[in-house]
Amino acid sequence: MTSMRPERMVKLAFKNLGQYRLRAGLTMLGIIFGVCSVVAMLSVGEGANQEIQEKIQRMGSQNILIKSVKVPSEESGQGGRRSLVASYGLTYDDYEELSRFVPNLEANTPIKRLRYDVQFKSRRLQTDVVATMPWYLGVQNYRMIRGRFLTTTDMEYGSPVCVIGTRLARMLFAGYDPIGKTLNIDKDAYTVVGIIGDLAQGEVRLENELWMEGENQSVYIPFKTYQQKRGDLFIQLSKGGGTFEKIELHELILTIDEQENVVSAVDAVRRVLKRNHKKEDYSVVVPLELIRQARETRRLFNIVLGSIAAISLIVGGIGIMNIMLATVSERIREIGIRRALGARRSDIVLQFLMETLLLSISGGVIGLVIGAIIPLAITATTDVKTVLTFPAFAVAFSVSVSVSVVFGIYPARRAALMDPIEALRHE
Amino acid sequence: MNVPIVELKSAMKEYVNGALKVTALRGIDLRIDPGEYAVIMGASGSGKSTLLNLLGCLDHLSRGDYLLGGENISKLNDDELSEIRSRRIGFIFQSYNLIPQLNVLENIEVPLFYQGVPEPVARLKAEELAKRMGLSERLGHKPMELSGGQQQRVAIARSLVCDPILMLADEPTGNLDSKTGQEILELIDELHAEGKTIVMVTHDDDIAHRAQRVVRFMDGEIISNVWNGEPKV
Repeated sequence: MTSMRPERMVKLAFKNLGQYRLRAGLTMLGIIFGVCSVVAMLSVGEGANQEIQEKIQRMGSQNILIKSVKVPSEESGQGGRRSLVASYGLTYDDYEELSRFVPNLEANTPIKRLRYDVQFKSRRLQTDVVATMPWYLGVQNYRMIRGRFLTTTDMEYGSPVCVIGTRLARMLFAGYDPIGKTLNIDKDAYTVVGIIGDLAQGEVRLENELWMEGENQSVYIPFKTYQQKRGDLFIQLSKGGGTFEKIELHELILTIDEQENVVSAVDAVRRVLKRNHKKEDYSVVVPLELIRQARETRRLFNIVLGSIAAISLIVGGIGIMNIMLATVSERIREIGIRRALGARRSDIVLQFLMETLLLSISGGVIGLVIGAIIPLAITATTDVKTVLTFPAFAVAFSVSVSVSVVFGIYPARRAALMDPIEALRHE
Repeated sequence: MNVPIVELKSAMKEYVNGALKVTALRGIDLRIDPGEYAVIMGASGSGKSTLLNLLGCLDHLSRGDYLLGGENISKLNDDELSEIRSRRIGFIFQSYNLIPQLNVLENIEVPLFYQGVPEPVARLKAEELAKRMGLSERLGHKPMELSGGQQQRVAIARSLVCDPILMLADEPTGNLDSKTGQEILELIDELHAEGKTIVMVTHDDDIAHRAQRVVRFMDGEIISNVWNGEPKV
């Protein structure tokens, strides 16, 4: 049987569409808008998603965070005797037992986190003081910018050294090199030995630049040093008295060896804490679960976006069908002539499908280009993060093309099934 | 003995027009030999258009057989009929029926396009025929830019492009002034002289005189069959 080469069909389709430039353009608009809105939406969605993922990842997907939580005690109600010292939260016992009973534990990092006034020369501000272990740096994924972090030697001797965050360095030490300087933490003197930035991941920039940009405002000191100097009682004086709080540990970060072991470890953590605490004066945060939740949210988000996208693409497809039906009914005579001159039904179907395909592919390509420009423009003009992904392009393009083809089949078949005699007579 | 180009045996064609059953051909026998130039005449509704459509393989017989060049095509399917149309039949219409968006050469090439003839080969053949039809100056023009006579010449070139064994003309001069019509008829005479088999539908007696054979139709039946003025049954 006859076999027509595809390039001749394409040429013919170009010629036929050339008759209706305006109409072809308008038809393409439907596809263009469909594709470009899909690409733009997916890019913005993906950007938002990555931002969330990054935030959660910063907490460490292998980590389990346990925090002390202040629970209003029964006695502190109306008229009752107030206990002088509020004692709550995680204890050294918890630390010991968790270390012993949590399976697959790689590191257990105790943290005291308190707010103090810190002072360098005459500059002073209030900030978080974090008393912790040398391995904290690795567990939190922070990046060392200058100097060194706390060491086991510091721990052993309870050395009065501290490591400061980039932001604090910027605010307190502007004009000075902080390394070797003395920082006063509520009247205790510490020597600055290092500066740490935010996340270890992320691109490496010029040292100075990163130095300036970090958001880390905390002071890090050896756990033992704090214990020796201050103990576990935290006294805060204020007008009309003061509060006394006894908290042994503010936070614990348990690092599990593999992500898949995190869930069982969380169960163990909850069991141990439940046994040790009468009240639930702690909270357990599992970044991995947050990631899962974020994924779930994202799935929903994608479904919503997908539905909107599907609707816009289907509208585009209906537009194509409309136009092709009009085109077919205008060209009934031509169909009759072609049939009389030897065109088979399949040739006619192919001819009109090719025209549809040409419209949808060129519309799709233009849509992709515009759809790529929009997110880039958004990122350039606002600080909304957008991410162009290949799947977004592929999905938008292939769906639009296949939708058009599906919607193009009906008009094409209608053309092909016409009686050639009737078609020739048509005017 | 020559194989006839057209051989209709008890050809019957019925239509259903709404609730009405119309018999367009009432079992006719017709034989047209190679090289014949036959004119078919009759009032409208006499069945001559139906006959032309059947001869052109655009329609199926309800009953009876149609042998085209010895091949029985009564039972062929749509695709096979399309193939026959593209290879063996040349159509010339009253209203030329050129495709508006194609230029002269492209219009002439259409039947070859559906035969899958490679483009350069088709181009050569189309150019040759266009030249023969006196259209050399008009190759790139669209039908709208041509006169009626020129359009019909393009249509004739197109009908010749696949070397058909049967040429069918449906009132080819109906839309032309008499002078141009005369030119077209002369062209058809020329083709006949070359040995082409031609069947033409007309209701113009002057035109009928040019043909060697006149077949008259009435109510779906052949009422007379005349060769060179001599009736023959």
